[in-house]
Amino acid sequence: MRHLLSASDLSIESTLEILNLSLEMQDVNSRDVKKLPALNGRSVANLFFEDSTRTRFSFEIAAKRLSADVVNFTAKGSSVSKGESLKDTVLTLEAMGIEALVVRHHHSGAANTIANAAWSKAVVINAGDGTHQHPTQALTDALTIRQHLKGNKDLGDLRGVRILIVGDILHSRVARSNIDLLRTLGAHVSLAGPATLLPKTGEVLADAIYHNLDDALAMGFDVVMMLRMQMERMNSVFVPNANEYSALWGLSNQRFQSLKSSTLVMHPGPMNRGLEISSEAADSKQSVIVDQVRNGVAVRMAVLFKLLAQESSDK
Amino acid sequence: MSARTVLDAQDIERAIVRISHEIVESNQGTENLLILGIPTRGVFLANRIAASIAKNYPEFDTVNSVGKLDVTMFRDDLSSRPGKQVTATSIPTTSLENKTVVLVDDVLFSGRTVRAALDALVSHGRPKAVRLAVLVDRGHRELPIRADFVGKNLPTSFSERIYVKLTESDDEQSVVIEQ
Repeated sequence: MRHLLSASDLSIESTLEILNLSLEMQDVNSRDVKKLPALNGRSVANLFFEDSTRTRFSFEIAAKRLSADVVNFTAKGSSVSKGESLKDTVLTLEAMGIEALVVRHHHSGAANTIANAAWSKAVVINAGDGTHQHPTQALTDALTIRQHLKGNKDLGDLRGVRILIVGDILHSRVARSNIDLLRTLGAHVSLAGPATLLPKTGEVLADAIYHNLDDALAMGFDVVMMLRMQMERMNSVFVPNANEYSALWGLSNQRFQSLKSSTLVMHPGPMNRGLEISSEAADSKQSVIVDQVRNGVAVRMAVLFKLLAQESSDK
Repeated sequence: MSARTVLDAQDIERAIVRISHEIVESNQGTENLLILGIPTRGVFLANRIAASIAKNYPEFDTVNSVGKLDVTMFRDDLSSRPGKQVTATSIPTTSLENKTVVLVDDVLFSGRTVRAALDALVSHGRPKAVRLAVLVDRGHRELPIRADFVGKNLPTSFSERIYVKLTESDDEQSVVIEQ
């Protein structure tokens, strides 16, 4: 594995290897000195063509904890606003000695384009491309689920775990990556959302599809993962209005109270409180949303370490 | 390709018993001793040394005095020789303060693994002293590092290879030199 582009590229072996390496990285993050020399002298660029808080910061912190040099590129304030192309941007960074690119882009396939291009030698990590994939988020979520349901020391897969993903599946790269990775790990993944926001291939992707949230929640899932309502990727044809969406598909306090006390509530962030998730649910003891962020740093350290220090760096 | 056995199973057992006595002697007892093996075979040797100490000094608490220290992420050859797998580090005590740490490895060669181990150890805290115990010292150091406790000094040529086999990981127990 030279790049990390899609959760569907990860075998069960490499998935478990990354998750278990993440546990070692978590151990480092709990020490007084949160630093490893593993990537000393290596250069990583965070190439963000789209806004991000947790993914960008967690990749930056992860690279710094491994002693790599990090530069942050955001499309706003760069020559992209003067019309510079993706190719020229990458060539510019590589000419300055960047070895790895963490790429977030609004177009699906942007990371693959760089990874497969003859003009780029860099190791590419997909940090979210359009509505396609966000593999490190799925790894983070898988680690969070495993730690909460199976304990901190568990090194195994997620066989038998039942997960419900709710909301705008169609536009969600988080959902796509999670479906791929969680099923690779042996979990049962079900989807719930309005018909207009479910992919046409939903039946192929998931173990079950629900068109009513209350029916779905009555099935007693181990994990309920709420997705963000992506207003920026939508026009009004998908749902009549936000209030109706919230009433039909939001994890309201009432719906949250109906869950088993062992059901985990997840959200990849950023949350629209009061729209897809109520504050009571988001701030409850069953919510592991903050752990998802905490695990994000360890998982990204593991991915950077695996790609830059463990895999051969020849293209 | 010629191979000769330089230590057999019993030689290895005797070396472990002797090293365990030397460790206790130089520490003037078993107090504040922490024995950390470097994966893979260093961990097995550390466990055996601890068991041998406990046999002669029943007050020695093997559960809280033995651990393992993975050094992979502290190596200086990560970019030139990728592919090293990381294993779990487990240090049984919360603090290294006042501890005399004995690092254990199977073969001492260039000294680079030990250098990485010293860095890894310092990232966990500041022990009172660090000692080094190895089953075999084969020479050819590339760094100013020496072992405090040595099972056997084996003068070798650079091109020779040393294989340490222990019952925990291999089907026999011996130290073999291959030309």
